[in-house]
Formats: sequence, structure tokens, C-alpha cells
Amino acid sequence: MDITVESIVFLIFGVLTLGSALLVVTTRNLFHGALYLMASLFGVAGLFVLLAAPFLAGVQVVVYIGAIAILIIFAIMLTPQVTAMRSVRTAQWPVAVAVAVIFFALLVSVVTPLMDELGVDDFAADFTQENPPDVPADSLVRLGEQLVDPQQFMLPFEVASVLLMAALIGAVLLVWPEGTRSTPPGEAGDD
Amino acid sequence: MTELLQDIGLSHGLAVFIAKAVGVMVVGAFGLLWTLLGIWIERKAAGRFQDRLGPNRVGPFGLIQSIADTVKILLKEDLMPQGADRWVFNLAPIVSVVSVMLIWAVVPFSGSWIGSDLNIGVLYLVAVGAFGTVAVLMAGWSSNNKYALLSAFRSVAQLVSYEVPMVLALLVPVLLSGSMSTQTIVEQQHIMYLLAVPLTVLIFLTSGQAETGRGPFDLLEAESEIVSGFHIEYSGMKFGMFYVAEFLHAFTIGVLTAILFMGGWRGPFAEDVPLLGFIYLMIKSMVAYMVLIWVRMTLPRLRIDQLLDFNWKFLVPLSLVNLLVVAFVWKILPDTDQINSFGDALVPTLVLLVVNIALIAGVGAILRERGRRERQRVEARLTAAESAAAGD
Repeated sequence: MDITVESIVFLIFGVLTLGSALLVVTTRNLFHGALYLMASLFGVAGLFVLLAAPFLAGVQVVVYIGAIAILIIFAIMLTPQVTAMRSVRTAQWPVAVAVAVIFFALLVSVVTPLMDELGVDDFAADFTQENPPDVPADSLVRLGEQLVDPQQFMLPFEVASVLLMAALIGAVLLVWPEGTRSTPPGEAGDD
Repeated sequence: MTELLQDIGLSHGLAVFIAKAVGVMVVGAFGLLWTLLGIWIERKAAGRFQDRLGPNRVGPFGLIQSIADTVKILLKEDLMPQGADRWVFNLAPIVSVVSVMLIWAVVPFSGSWIGSDLNIGVLYLVAVGAFGTVAVLMAGWSSNNKYALLSAFRSVAQLVSYEVPMVLALLVPVLLSGSMSTQTIVEQQHIMYLLAVPLTVLIFLTSGQAETGRGPFDLLEAESEIVSGFHIEYSGMKFGMFYVAEFLHAFTIGVLTAILFMGGWRGPFAEDVPLLGFIYLMIKSMVAYMVLIWVRMTLPRLRIDQLLDFNWKFLVPLSLVNLLVVAFVWKILPDTDQINSFGDALVPTLVLLVVNIALIAGVGAILRERGRRERQRVEARLTAAESAAAGD
């Protein structure tokens, strides 16, 4: 395998993703953990770009860094004593290790046949700009069309929207002040 | 440039890499140097809006005031508060500047000058905007200062909220041009979108102003409440970087308005002379930017509850309705997917303009009604207070 610019960039993003992921779980400082999580998610976005899937990379950054990680940080800032978490090892740690190993095995067992199906049997297949992976050029347009095509992914797409809508309404209901269910929260305490 | 480097014996990959690196440096240096002049223009304009002269001592018309300020800021002592989180504290100003500079990668300066014509250009704009929020959070948290932390809390409420109408406004030019690439959006504007969807431009400018944290949305650094917010503990060049990032972000909103709604580099002879396109783009950007300064200098700061009420109860529903109406009109108009000339664009633009004027009139009526009710409420309270005082 020749060393191309792509392979170097892949190594950088791979190390960034895995290294940050490791630091997320080992650091004693919750705030740093959240920042490492962002770095790790950013590395994944970089890998998406290398796989010629820029749309997924953009969505990865918008959703995970722009929304989820920022909300995690917001929650952490409201927590007292975030800088010096004591090492807490409960009796559950063997179970946790077992679950992690099983989950990893599950992921591998799902991804491996998928790779055969897609024809990616050679891990060292070096994709470069001259030898790109087999991705259609208009993947963005096709993604959009398939999401609203009744024959394809319209049902899961709509189910996901309804789920998110329910979560939105649920969140509004949760923060509604007690005893003022009939009036909107802003006007309840006015007079 | 790639050919030149290959001629002197470099491999293709390396030549492309060097050419791109030089491009990045040119765009980055231009953005940062433009800041020096831009800050002078902004301070002069701000002075005029407030009936004073603005900088006028250093150089002719105070032109080199920014350079003097830069020297001063570089020479200042670099302080770090005790108990600050060293790494995060130092990283925050850098992230802040980088998050703005990244936007310039997809700015089409002319027909052929563009950093990278991504086919997800508009999504990219939204994505890199997220890093600006992260920078504010990092600065606010790592400073070990309660005012900075309060500012970070506000930033989450403000920046995340106003991202919603901003994205909904960005979707309109994407819808009209049928592409997310900034270059294609410019090329598709045979008639600038400003004339077709003025309401969207207003929504974009409002949410853009809030995203940059400038008045009347400057709650992140409200001097009278939280001293200066997330950058309270920064001195010297680190403060300078936040300052540069804020200016550059505001100006970039002007550039984006020019690209997405005012036809970008398009203009007479711009197709043949790239430099002319660049000049057109800068002129259009300055026009949009002047509107932002005008608003900033005119309106007083909002309260946090007013800020959030305005966004969630007015701006978000309005931009949703706006998007639905534009999408509906665009769908029922014939041949909107094949607009290749001024003539093709004329009828859809006029129809959209009429629909937009109707929308604006409707929104105006709602706002008048709300204002009337609010005045009545205040008056009723005042008379009640007066009668209570008279009864004593």
C-alpha cells in the first residue's frame, strides 16, 4: 500500500477519533471529556469526507457537535464539582466490560457481511482522488429522493419525524409550570 | 499554479496540496487584513450614527487607527486568571477566529475564484457556525469567572435558538436555485433573490445579527449586566482575537447576504473580468453590512426573555410559514426548475414578490395588533397604579 495524501489524512482522522474517544472515558474532568467527545465526533466527520459522503459529514457536525455536544456541555456547566471526579469503581464493572465486548462483536458481525455485499473485501484498497470508491456522483440528490419515495424510505422517515414531534411536545409539557395548564407559561406570572 | 509546481518536478498530489495551501493562506490573510480596514469603517460609521466623529487622530481620517490598536494590543500583558483551565482558555480565541475563517472557504469571490465549491455549501455554513458557539462555551467555562459563565449560559440560549430561523431562511435560496452549492446559487440569480423574497432576507439578517451577538442582541457581552461576558478575563492579543472574530463574523453575514440574496459577484462584465466580480461582491457585502451596523447602532439591548420570546413566538413561526409559502408557490409555478435567463426568472420573481408583499402586510398587521394590546395593558396598569396612589 503506497502512502498517499489520502492515507495520511485517514490516519490523522483515525487517530483523532480513537484517541479522543479514549480520552473521553479516561479524563477526570467532565468538561474536558465533553470537548474530547467533540473532537472525536469531528474526526468521524472527517472520515465521512474521505468516504466521499460530504453531506453526512455536514450533518454529523451540525447534529452532533452543533446540538448534542453543546447541550451536554450546558448540562455539565450546571453540575457542581466537574473538574475532579473521583474514580468510582462499582461492582458492576465486569458486567459493563462484558456488555461492551458483546456490543463490539455485534457491530463487527453486522458490518462484515455488509462489506461483502458492497464488494469491499480488501481492507487495504486504497481509495484516492484518481481511484475513488464506488459512490454515485449525485448521492445528495438520490438521498433526498429516496427519503420521500413511498417505495423506499418514506415510512421510516415519517416515523422518525412523528417521534421527534412527540418528543418536542413532551419537552414543552414537562417544563409547563404546575397548576397553570390552561394558560401559556409566559403569561401565567404576569399579573 | 498546479501545473507550474508540476513543471519544477513535484508530484501531482504534492502540487495540488501546495496550491491549496497557498490558496488557504491568501484567503485567510485577505480576511484578516480586511479586518483592519473594516474596523476603521465600522468605527467611522458608528461615530456618525451617534453624532460624533469616530477615529480621527492617527493618520489621515484616522485611517491607521486599527494598526495602532493592533500594536497596543500585541504589547499588552497576557494575563491568565488563577484557577483558569489553561488549555481550554488558550484554545477558545483560536477556535473563535477559525470558525469564522472557515466560512470563507465556500465564498465565491468571482466566477472562478472560490476556495472550494462544495456541493453541500450551505450545510457547511451551518456546520462551521457551530464551532463559534463552542468557542464561547469554552471561553466562558475556562475563565473561572461567574460573569463569563453566565455569558456562556446565555450564549447557548441565544445562539442555538437563533440558528433555527437562520437555517430556515438559508433553505429558501437553496429551494429557489435547486442547489446547496454557493457558486450555483450565485449563478442561478438571473434576478437577485432579494427582489423575489425580501421577507427571507429580513429573517436572515435578523437571525444573523443575533448569531454574531451584536446589538440589539449583544446579551453575550452586555457591559451593564455581566461586564463583558465570556471574554472578560482575556487581555492582549487573545482579547484581540475575539474582537477580530466578532467583526469578521458580522462582516461575513454581510458577505453571505450578498451571495445568497444579492447575486454575489454578478454584475456587468463580471463573467469576463474576475476582478470586477470580486469588486461587485465587496460592494454588495458592504451595503448589507451597513444595514447591520445601522440596526446595531440604533436599537437598545433586549432582555433575555424578550430575546427568546421574539425568536420562538415570532421569528421561528414566521420563517416556517415563509418557507412553506415560498415552496408552495415555487411548486405551482411552471418551469421553475429550468431558469436559464433573465426572461425565465421574470415571472416567478414577480409572483414571489407579490406573495411576499402580502405576507409582509399580514405580519405587519399582526405586529400592530400586538403592539396596540401591549400599550393598552401598560396604560391599564398605569391608571391602576395612579388610582391606588390617589386613594392613599
